[in-house]
Amino acid sequence: MSAAAIEVRAVEKRFGNVGIIRDLNLSVAQGERHAIIGPNGAGKSTTFNLISGHIRPTSGEVKLNGDVISGLRPFEINRRGLSRSFQVTNVFARMSVWENVRCAVLWATGHRYAFWKNVDSLPEVRERTARILDDIHLTHRRDVPAGLLTYAEQRELEIGITIASGATVVMLDEPTAGMSNAETERAVALIRRLTEGKTLVIVEHDMSVVFGLADRISVLVYGHIIASGTPEEIRRDPKVKEAYLGEEAH
Amino acid sequence: MTTATTSTSKLADKSSGDGLRFYAVWLMGIAALIVLPMIFSSGGSLTSFSLIGIAIVFALSYNILLGQTGLLSFGHAVHYGLGGFAACHMMNAVVSHGWPIPLPFIPLFGGLGGLVFAIIIGWVMTKRAGTVFAMISLGIGELVASSSLILRSVFGGESGITTDRTALPKMFGWSFGPQLQVYYLIAFWLVLSAIAMYALTRTPLGRISNAVRDNPERVQFIGYDPHVVRYLAFCFAGFFAGVAGGLAAINFEIANSAYLGAIQSGLVLFSTFIGGTAYFFGPILGAILVTYLQLGLTSVTSVWQLYFGIIFIGIVMFSPGGIAGLLMMHRPLVRAGTLWTVIPSYFVAIVPTVALACGVILTIETVSRYSGGEAINLFGIGFKPQSPVTWIVAAVLVVGGAFVARLTWRRIADAWDRAATVARDRGYLA
Repeated sequence: MSAAAIEVRAVEKRFGNVGIIRDLNLSVAQGERHAIIGPNGAGKSTTFNLISGHIRPTSGEVKLNGDVISGLRPFEINRRGLSRSFQVTNVFARMSVWENVRCAVLWATGHRYAFWKNVDSLPEVRERTARILDDIHLTHRRDVPAGLLTYAEQRELEIGITIASGATVVMLDEPTAGMSNAETERAVALIRRLTEGKTLVIVEHDMSVVFGLADRISVLVYGHIIASGTPEEIRRDPKVKEAYLGEEAH
Repeated sequence: MTTATTSTSKLADKSSGDGLRFYAVWLMGIAALIVLPMIFSSGGSLTSFSLIGIAIVFALSYNILLGQTGLLSFGHAVHYGLGGFAACHMMNAVVSHGWPIPLPFIPLFGGLGGLVFAIIIGWVMTKRAGTVFAMISLGIGELVASSSLILRSVFGGESGITTDRTALPKMFGWSFGPQLQVYYLIAFWLVLSAIAMYALTRTPLGRISNAVRDNPERVQFIGYDPHVVRYLAFCFAGFFAGVAGGLAAINFEIANSAYLGAIQSGLVLFSTFIGGTAYFFGPILGAILVTYLQLGLTSVTSVWQLYFGIIFIGIVMFSPGGIAGLLMMHRPLVRAGTLWTVIPSYFVAIVPTVALACGVILTIETVSRYSGGEAINLFGIGFKPQSPVTWIVAAVLVVGGAFVARLTWRRIADAWDRAATVARDRGYLA
């Protein structure tokens, strides 16, 4: 049996005396679509930051495909095949849509810090960039600076940059936040298609998205996972009802 | 929906003529460099052209940091100066050892001088960007500048290191004694460096540098270490600054502490910013203008630095994109064919704006020459700094000019808005 895509074991994160994350345990199997839900301030984004190397855990261990990654820098984790998006759009504002995606393709295609190659004459980079732009429906906006895109377009670009490296583990932080219903539907279809055959970890507030998309769901409350299971199990779990879904219902 | 698609498609349109036009611009630049000394052949203009050439290489190297990677350095002249010293020492070594290295290869050693120092100091300096980098660069600049006066064996103390460029082996029968030959040597290295630095912007490293400039946090999540990117950019900038310093050493046949001081660092920042950091050609315009002003103003007024300051503040406040940004703003209007609706308001604004400028100049000159009492010559009109008439004229020009100029500037803004709206409707502006 192959190792879990992501294995979080007894992770704790304290800022000063405040424990934001306490005894966090999470396991995401290969190829699984895993949603993390929980009320505001539960530590969902912090969990993302801990796994992706944005911040280091105070204690505990994070494994990616069986290898320990906690303590590594974000780019080292990214190079091992984990890629994440951000809740607040985090693109390269002055660069064109095309450049944004292309920059995200460069490391994975092995061009790294090359200063002896013309970036415009790398066929595999061009093809991959074009394919991703096509996937995220932004081909017609390729020369527009990312900072001038509409909000929904920036969110799509955010997803495009995240998947561009071809990472096998993709983490999306509230990809549909602030979108209209129609935009959300489009984004979900996009996510479903682009993460085909990959492991997906998603933080999401929209319950229809969560229950429609996820194979398994973890519920995070006050920095601790109180339940993990299939959507059906989570729907029935009394602890979850009490802590989260019940609260949402009224 | 149809308008949206057509509007965006025009933005995305890459006409097939673009590639040809690109090479045409470069070839025209090279042709201009070759022809210039044939049109303006006086010794004075040859000297000016040589200095401008050096300043362009230096400013372009600075823009690798500021414009491409987002690093604000207050100590870039360190690499320029060390390049100059390296070139001088190399020239003297070539002469004393009889090595077969002709003068045109010397700027390469200048570049290596700048590069080696960048390699040594850069890793620590580029660990952080922003204020931390700016402060460290200021400190390193002061450190090296003061060391140059203390470490006499390397830097020659106050007098610096002198050399004789004509003592090196000849190439194509050129001794490089006449300024014309030095000019062509500088022009050659200018073209070489400009092409290399432009090419650098089109490499994976160049593009990732832009990404680091825009968003160093996100870069880490697409596999790159922003520290490494900044370090490599810093090394390239150091190399080309060293080339510029080497050219200066050849031109002046001396390297001294003034090469690597804060004034030189400030001047390159100034040129690059005035020219505009967002476009490759921006620093070229800035270097031409600033060098030309520097040469021209020093002979006209003793307070030329004051005018530099005013120009700098004006650019920072009213046109943060520099001259290049100002020019490129007009491109969508030209394409949309609405530029002609803006031009008349420019002409209207010229008169009061020039009046305001004259008032400011008159005021500055009156203050600076009051105690000396020498007459002011403003475009052929004589003024006495002690005379109340001068003060009244200055006051009227400043106050009246500013008042009317503001009105005309508002008209420009209105005309501009209308033209831009049309351009946007026609799809030439995002």
